[in-house]
Amino acid sequence: MTTYLIKGAAIVDGSATDLLIRDGVVAAVGRDATGRGAEVIDADGLVALPGLVDLHTHLREPGREDAETVESGSRAAALGGYTAVCAMANTDPVADTAGVVEQVYRLGRAAGLVDVQPIGAVTVGLAGERLAELGAMATSAARVRIFSDDGHCVADPRLMRRALEYVKAFDGIVAQHAEEPRLTVGAQMHEGDVSARLGLTGWPAVAEEAIIARDALLAEHVGSRLHICHVSTAGSVEILRWAKQRGIRVTAEVTPHHLLLTDTRAESYDPVFKVNPPLRPSADVAALRAALAEGVIDVVATDHAPHAVEDKECEWGYARPGMLGLETALSVVRSVGLSWDAIATRLSRVPARIGGLTEHGQDPAPGVPANLTLVDPAATWTVDPAALASRSRNTPYAGMTLPARVVATFLRGSPTVLDGKAVR
Amino acid sequence: MIRHLLSAADLDADNATLVLDTAAEMANLAGREVKKLPTLRGRTVVNLFYEDSTRTRISFEAAAKRLSADVINFSAKGSSVSKGESLKDTALTLQAMGADAVVIRHSASGAPHRLATWVDGSVLNAGDGTHEHPTQALLDAYTMRARLGRLDGLAVAIVGDVLHSRVARSNVLLLHTLGARVTLVGPPTLLPVGVDAWPAKTSYDLDAVLPDADVVMMLRVQRERMDDAYFPSVREYSRRYGLDAVRMRKLPEHAIVMHPGPMNRGMEISPDVADSPRSTIVEQVANGVSVRMAVLYLLLGGQHK
Ligand SMILES: [Zn+2]
Repeated sequence: MTTYLIKGAAIVDGSATDLLIRDGVVAAVGRDATGRGAEVIDADGLVALPGLVDLHTHLREPGREDAETVESGSRAAALGGYTAVCAMANTDPVADTAGVVEQVYRLGRAAGLVDVQPIGAVTVGLAGERLAELGAMATSAARVRIFSDDGHCVADPRLMRRALEYVKAFDGIVAQHAEEPRLTVGAQMHEGDVSARLGLTGWPAVAEEAIIARDALLAEHVGSRLHICHVSTAGSVEILRWAKQRGIRVTAEVTPHHLLLTDTRAESYDPVFKVNPPLRPSADVAALRAALAEGVIDVVATDHAPHAVEDKECEWGYARPGMLGLETALSVVRSVGLSWDAIATRLSRVPARIGGLTEHGQDPAPGVPANLTLVDPAATWTVDPAALASRSRNTPYAGMTLPARVVATFLRGSPTVLDGKAVR
Repeated sequence: MIRHLLSAADLDADNATLVLDTAAEMANLAGREVKKLPTLRGRTVVNLFYEDSTRTRISFEAAAKRLSADVINFSAKGSSVSKGESLKDTALTLQAMGADAVVIRHSASGAPHRLATWVDGSVLNAGDGTHEHPTQALLDAYTMRARLGRLDGLAVAIVGDVLHSRVARSNVLLLHTLGARVTLVGPPTLLPVGVDAWPAKTSYDLDAVLPDADVVMMLRVQRERMDDAYFPSVREYSRRYGLDAVRMRKLPEHAIVMHPGPMNRGMEISPDVADSPRSTIVEQVANGVSVRMAVLYLLLGGQHK
């Protein structure tokens, strides 16, 4: 295994230092970091972050390998600065058994570009009717701790209560896609001025907020951990603030696209802007940014959702919801003003803690696993969909010039990205 | 002139007035012996209809033919469209055929906008989902102007299922552009969230609106909306928002009654109202051809290619 000496990287407190990476761990930091025969990486002017951790990734394998595979999604993740991603369960077949989560886990290991941590489905087939074998997934080789029917809401309150209670036996957490389905029948975009004008069926904010309020109360009642996926409204932020003040064990994520884009993007009727939950008005965007700064929202998660061309190059109403996110997340959150320390917290330290990924989310220090990424803070780049590593092209940022570029990523001491290119 | 007609908002007051004036000339010509003009000879107009709407398709077809255009009807039934060919692939086919204009009717809001990004010719929105139907608004404005002599300052009540109505959206935009004052009337469930941002007033009380209305436009209301709890029953709907002879007496003497068709007689409009001298429903159909001739003429009339 090659030893690397990273020279002159700024760690998140701002000071420049040297990092010696040997045998998969950070062997030394600062003055002590010298290594005979080490390959030297000149990191002058670069920022060293703990490798990013995504709590919400759709890798599409098994089932839609035309849109993404574990390997192509892993490569996109590494290029985005990630060292771990949590793979959502809405594959085909659904990841609702030990067999499927182990398959995804092994595909991740085989690709070897990021740690792929499978998320297990809460209910069989995501149908919202019967609990999946959560315990079997937890004790499988994939060691599942996060359970989610993402793409669907666990809408039945009794079933949600049971899921929250049941996963306590193995310190699990339920990640809820908060969407009251009876309020979003046929919904195409945020319900408001723009949907009224465009004649697209509205997705009201209350459909999200009602479920968050309900589930926070359920989590309190049974003393469980609850995670809320892709929070998108100012009202949700208020409910989360209230729940946290009350001591309820709830965490929440926001996506980069909900921090940057607004519902007016739908005016083009280009389904590259169709996503679930939908893009919201600017007042919601402002509330989400403030909530992230305040810590009411704990993490940024991508909701990376690759879709084949035919599912996006069509009428808005027929298109599938979702956007690519892994390769642009870091730059997008930087563009909305997050400091490097805030990025380390919201995209690495806290998501690793929520997901129970103990090898990730640690700042470089002697002895910690060498999962880290080097970023050029001064670089800018223009998003070219064709140049992305994902198998799909549905990025909403095409043509946008964004700040900051990932130069190198290390997974347990091995580079997955060098000079801004995937090593394989 | 504009290249596409996707929304009534694409027309400013000058262009909208030009369409109406041109339509009046077209109507004059139609009254004479010569029913065909050579204006669009050699041009190809495609009617691309993903929804059954014989009346709109025939209206556009008649308009194009009276301008001597070659007309190709590409209907969803029995063509590659129904075999699952994507809108984009169909667009590329039409492009290869050299279509100068594509008239599209589609159940998905925004489909004409997508089409316009894939073809070089003009795209005319002939009704998209619950979004817009700009030529319907033009023919409605034409009809109002023909009957009442003006549009500026007219009080127009649009009544019924505004939420799902492309006719309402296009009429609000066009009538506002032309200086009319629009009031949208219906049960709160059928007025969209966000309607406050429209250049129109809203009311839940039809009886309060009628005495000041110069025009009442009754929208078609589908009975099935009842199943989604938009209103409790057909009977209650027609009692509160239907226009019958008794209610019609609240209108000023000169006021007219419009309906874009097809009507649900006995639901939003009673048969005696639909057939009364105030009703413009038959004229609207005739005016549709003149207005569509004007639109095709102005969009294609030697401007490009
Ligand atoms: Zn989701």
